[in-house]
Amino acid sequence: MVVTGKGGVGKTTVAAALGLLAARRGKRTVVCEVAEQERLAALFGIGDVGHSELELTPRLHAVSVQPDRAKEEWLRRQLKSATLAGVLGGSRLFQYLTAAAPGLSELVTIGKVWDLAQLERRTAGSVFDLAIVDAPSTGHGLAMLRAPQTYAGVARVGPISRQARIIDSFLRDPDSTGVVVVALPEEMPVSETIEIERRLGDELGMAVDRVVVNGMYPRRFSAAEAARLRSLDGRGAPPASAALRAALAEHERARGQRSQLERLRRRIEAPVATLPYLFEPELGRRHLERLANELERRL
Amino acid sequence: MIGDWLERKEVCICAGSGGVGKTTTSAAIALGMAARGAKVAVLTIDPARRLASSLGLAELGNEERRVDARVDGELWAMMLDAKRTFDDLIEWHAPDERTRDAVLGNRIYQELSSAVAGSQEYMAMEKLHELHQEGRYDLLVLDTPPTRNALDFLDAPRRLSEFIDSRALQVFTSPGRLGLKILGRGTDITFSLMKRATGIDLLADLGEFFRSFADMTEGMRERAGRVNELLSDSRTAFVLVTSPRRDALEEAAYFHHRLMDAGLPFAGVVANRVHQAGAATDPTQLTRLLGEPLARKVIRTYEEERRLARRDRENLADLRRRLGRKPMIEVPHLQDDVHDLDGLRRMDEYLFAGLGQTGAE
Repeated sequence: MVVTGKGGVGKTTVAAALGLLAARRGKRTVVCEVAEQERLAALFGIGDVGHSELELTPRLHAVSVQPDRAKEEWLRRQLKSATLAGVLGGSRLFQYLTAAAPGLSELVTIGKVWDLAQLERRTAGSVFDLAIVDAPSTGHGLAMLRAPQTYAGVARVGPISRQARIIDSFLRDPDSTGVVVVALPEEMPVSETIEIERRLGDELGMAVDRVVVNGMYPRRFSAAEAARLRSLDGRGAPPASAALRAALAEHERARGQRSQLERLRRRIEAPVATLPYLFEPELGRRHLERLANELERRL
Repeated sequence: MIGDWLERKEVCICAGSGGVGKTTTSAAIALGMAARGAKVAVLTIDPARRLASSLGLAELGNEERRVDARVDGELWAMMLDAKRTFDDLIEWHAPDERTRDAVLGNRIYQELSSAVAGSQEYMAMEKLHELHQEGRYDLLVLDTPPTRNALDFLDAPRRLSEFIDSRALQVFTSPGRLGLKILGRGTDITFSLMKRATGIDLLADLGEFFRSFADMTEGMRERAGRVNELLSDSRTAFVLVTSPRRDALEEAAYFHHRLMDAGLPFAGVVANRVHQAGAATDPTQLTRLLGEPLARKVIRTYEEERRLARRDRENLADLRRRLGRKPMIEVPHLQDDVHDLDGLRRMDEYLFAGLGQTGAE
């Protein structure tokens, strides 16, 4: 399952909550970070996750895919020899070439994620029923999904071509791969979500399975109450008037959010689920559980 | 305030992680400077059309367009098209039509020039350099690409030069096996292993790509060097954009560290969407005004806001400490998200009028 969306909308949080939910439902699940950001570690209050799978809770694992390590694993598999892989991987020529070959690091990264999702894995490690990839934001996320297609096309024969083709068809098969786009109920994230759905379809023939709109404010005040607050705005001593202003501002924000949500629903094909804004200073494990509960009710 | 940060500057680069309001901040800075009499161009990569249309343009293209913003100076805007810029660059550097067509038609090039990490970043720098050379503007404001690793663009010019200098290119550019001889023993083994790992076909395509590139390397290397110089020039200012959220701050701190390491001219931090709230409220007064149920809801809303305000204050204080008390401007969490000229003007009060200024020394 691929989780993407505009930068800063909460992709990692949603990927983690989806992981918790899948694990609860009995699926052996691994959540994969791909940009070496180690945000999952912070969410779960643990040290860095690293390139090997780490168990977070029963059935839920995390991994932070490092392109260099993924490249090594891939070499070892191709050459069927750790020694030869060492020779080639250690050569400056090879390092320059692979660093310069466009899209190669995207290819080995998505290749690693693909491997994690296989019941017969090519690399050592546990077997999973579901791999959730916390993909990069829009442009780079699409580039990562497109890498196998590109390499399948560029290399007509040979091992890379063969593997790229397998990964590409796995990604594009709606029975094996799902796409979740995370958004915020604001102008620019909504526009970008509409754009992502269009580009996924046009460029990759992939459909979005679900859009998760994060950070919805509660609908707290009725129209009559809001009118009441407005009529009193500017009255009262400072602490009370500040509270009135804050309540009105939030009411307006919530209204703005709802109209963006409507715009999103009108403009995209995929069904939309919403998650509440959590008024918490920092998100941790128990908030993820709460979001997983919300998702459970809505998915 | 921003006006001081940008005194005698010709280039302002806004950097930060995704979703912190970089595009908006870049546009607000550009509009603000134009309102103060400068001729400004803002370069953005954000595809959200409403920002373009709110600037009075149906769509932004790879060429600058004048924005009808009713300002004393001039405001121009453009949206970077990385692929177009790269194509233009190839046309410019290609010695003849044959080379040009070979590169533009190569499938690896086509992939490289569109969405691969790094190329967008490099092309943003490239366009910036081109516009700066032309000297038509007093100030150029660059909204850096929303890469998850917000630092890619700093490395982009250096990576390109390194690659051009690298022996990998020489292998493919020296005719026949001579190239391998230059590299000495061991290369033959490397080469045959590589064939086994990748397939000969891919290797040939890469070879063709690098070979056609070889004829233009000199020009491109020079260019990359000049882009690098522009980044560290004293006429350039880096503005870090962040939100008060922990993950964004972590990236801002790291980014600052990298800028300092590279000796790049850092101007200050703009912190967007800062929650602000005053003292604890007076429940009895509110209850008297609103009645019990409504007062309770208002108090709850206000308390939530105050909690976030407290977090933001603490997080930003922490960032300020880590940055060694660099100038910082706070823009409050405005009622609507900013996506039009009016919104940009509201930001102006904080960016330029000193309303949001803290920590400057």
